[in-house]
Amino acid sequence: MGIHFDKALGVHADTLRLRADRTKILASNLANESTPGYQARDIDFAATLRQSEGGDSGLTLDTEGSDLMFRVPNHPSQDGNTVELGVEQAEFSQNASDFQTSLAFASMKLKGLAKAIAGQ
Amino acid sequence: MSFRAISQIAGSAMTAQTTRLNTISSNLANAQSASGSEADTYRARKPVFSAIAQPGDGGMQSAGARVQVLDVVQSDEPLRKTYDPGHPLANEKGEVFYPNVNPVAEMTDMLSASRAFETSVEVLGRAKAMQQSLLRLGE
Repeated sequence: MGIHFDKALGVHADTLRLRADRTKILASNLANESTPGYQARDIDFAATLRQSEGGDSGLTLDTEGSDLMFRVPNHPSQDGNTVELGVEQAEFSQNASDFQTSLAFASMKLKGLAKAIAGQ
Repeated sequence: MSFRAISQIAGSAMTAQTTRLNTISSNLANAQSASGSEADTYRARKPVFSAIAQPGDGGMQSAGARVQVLDVVQSDEPLRKTYDPGHPLANEKGEVFYPNVNPVAEMTDMLSASRAFETSVEVLGRAKAMQQSLLRLGE
């Protein structure tokens, strides 16, 4: 019985990459907070992850194109900018915490593997 | 991983907000700079931001967007005109022109700019923490 690192880490490796990509999108939203006409974007995390699990290879993420959605602002502003600082900050913070959670799970998996290899 | 892109995006936002703070301080500093003619009078300046797509580093190429300062434009609000014949810069009609700077609007704009700058610093800090913890994976 061989050990496959891809399979051992399960969904967590994918999640980490998706979280990092989402951080980039949220950072763009925050950076363009005062750019007129900028429309805040985000990805539907659950749908993207489900799509990646459904694939044949199981562990590839196709995050191009249609997954990117525009955020609907609570209060549209006159200059067409749809970034709401509070909303984006909350999402960013939550996303960073979720990244740490996935990291903790991946770390635990690796520790388990190390234990199995050492035979303790 | 897109951490390099995140740093560049946050960095571009900090540069843009610094330009904004620059124009604000210039406007406030020159709020009382009198002049004898309408053409020579200082006019309030404002930067114009626009989003540009971050060059991709693999997945989600179209997702990132940096900020760039397109231009710094001068306000076309009317200048403040006062009648002050004793002023050394007064023209032959005794008029002195003052800039169209609105100090209250500039102060609120300054608060907004410095908050946006702080947000970018925070983003950079969080991205750095994420990257560092990723490097410690498996320890």
